Amino acid sequence: MAAIPVMGVVAIFVFLLLRLSPGDPAAILAGDTATIETIAAIRADLGLDRPIPEQFITWFGQLVQGDLGRSVLSKQPVTTLIAQRVEPTLSLALCTLIFAIVVAVPMGILAAWKQGSWLDRGIMALSVAGFSVPVFVLGYVLIFVFSMKLDLLPVQGFASLSEGLPAFAARITLPTIGLSFIYIALFARITRAAMLDVLGEDYIRTAHAKGLKDHVVLVKHALRNAAIPIVSVIGIGFALLIGGVVITETVFNIPGIGRLVVDAVLARDYPIIQGVILLFSGIYVLINLAIDIAYVLLDPRIRY
Amino acid sequence: MRNLFGHSAFRNPSVLIGGSILLLLLAVSILAPLLTQYDPQAIAPRFRLKFPSDEFLMGTDMLGRDVWTRVVHGGRVSLLVSAVVAIIAISIGLAIGLTAGYIRWLDGPVMRTMDGLMAIPGILLAIALVSLSGASLLTVIIAIVIPEIPRVARLVRGVVLSIREEPYVEAAVGLGTPTVKILIKHILPNTIAPLIVQGTYICASAILVESILSFLGAGLPPEIPTWGNIIAEGRAVFQRAPWIILFPGGFLAVTILAVNILGDGLRDTLDPRMKKRLGA
Repeated sequence: MAAIPVMGVVAIFVFLLLRLSPGDPAAILAGDTATIETIAAIRADLGLDRPIPEQFITWFGQLVQGDLGRSVLSKQPVTTLIAQRVEPTLSLALCTLIFAIVVAVPMGILAAWKQGSWLDRGIMALSVAGFSVPVFVLGYVLIFVFSMKLDLLPVQGFASLSEGLPAFAARITLPTIGLSFIYIALFARITRAAMLDVLGEDYIRTAHAKGLKDHVVLVKHALRNAAIPIVSVIGIGFALLIGGVVITETVFNIPGIGRLVVDAVLARDYPIIQGVILLFSGIYVLINLAIDIAYVLLDPRIRY
Repeated sequence: MRNLFGHSAFRNPSVLIGGSILLLLLAVSILAPLLTQYDPQAIAPRFRLKFPSDEFLMGTDMLGRDVWTRVVHGGRVSLLVSAVVAIIAISIGLAIGLTAGYIRWLDGPVMRTMDGLMAIPGILLAIALVSLSGASLLTVIIAIVIPEIPRVARLVRGVVLSIREEPYVEAAVGLGTPTVKILIKHILPNTIAPLIVQGTYICASAILVESILSFLGAGLPPEIPTWGNIIAEGRAVFQRAPWIILFPGGFLAVTILAVNILGDGLRDTLDPRMKKRLGA
């Protein structure tokens, strides 16, 4: 499995990022307001005066034990800070993923089925637009139309599921729609391409010829075989989703991991930035690993 | 090579539409000082948060600066950054891809490094780079370039791997042609068409990432107006003055759309294999 070396490369890269950046790493970690004593204490504490390989072993040892260091400003462990922010981010990411699949897969199937029709052209044009409109621009347009002009939904913020489904749904709807646009574009395009590949096969013609209904052929015969490229795109799309979550949380003032990292950038709180990068890269690698496993389940012909 | 400069690309409607919009935006950006009557940085508290009118085409922001002036000046940054990013990312990615694809023992380590780089979400990597080295034009460009390199390297490596098996390359190897000459004369020309297509998409992505960095406060310093930081500055007053965000946002979306349409057209005409794979 390629996951372990990839994670190793990520760890080395994130480690070197701080050490090789211009300026004193201890001063960066200490933040803008630190005194010389604090900087010296941090340098001794992290062993930044020792040789780089030795530093790496120490740092990596802590990382493996789940220690991501402490925030410069609040002095709290980065893992605690991230854990506090998981719920909004996870809610947004899952809602987006589900919404995007539910909308995009039927769109892609329709486009492939009616290839060349105005419907197909319309869906493909929408898909190009989806790749082009930045998520924060879309977010503000949605707020402008649905919250300010039509007054249908709250402007910003987040409500936990524990505050009741209506409150949760009212606040998560706009961010979900805004963030899923690019995902819908990606999914619809890949679903269409995968379906077109499959629809040209002989067994599809056979299925039609023996009098099966269109929807049965499309879903039972074609979609199952088109599933592999669609599933693999979820992995690629996850990188988009992470970038999108960070921005969407800023637009809609959602107190999630994205907000945490943006606030950390503004405060130059590097340990938090580093922790979030490692976390998201790890999730990315794990999701792609899970997708490799899903291939085997979806297609018995694939063996590792 | 002939179809690169021939007519097919220039007859493609996507290329024509995307290209014309882009040329128009480029012209507006270059001519920015002639098209505007205000200084993009001139603060005029008397005129703050003015609704769009004849006097202020796109209204004014909370410091009374003319949004239209700032938007056209912001376009210069976006287009400049995107072109520079595309050129640097392609040059470095090309060198890495050629090396990894042709020198076999380097392939494994180099491509695993690229996989690792790709696993780090590009936006977070860019944010981290900017926050470590401070905001400047150079840092922003480097921060956008680094996440793009692995994509170019992968693409070039793929081309090299398929071309190196061609009989004419084997023949050249058999004749004792030096590796460097094979790479430059036989393999490099085959990478040009896919790289032009990829370069267009990198431009679109660079415009987007630059605006995101500015929007999140990790981009160019606020003295330089960019679409991203105009939008960021409009956040606080969005409900009173939505035009501060909607106009630069519209420009941003149209620019990226034009580049993407151009890229799709170029892909269809220059790189038919990709067209088939994406089914677009």
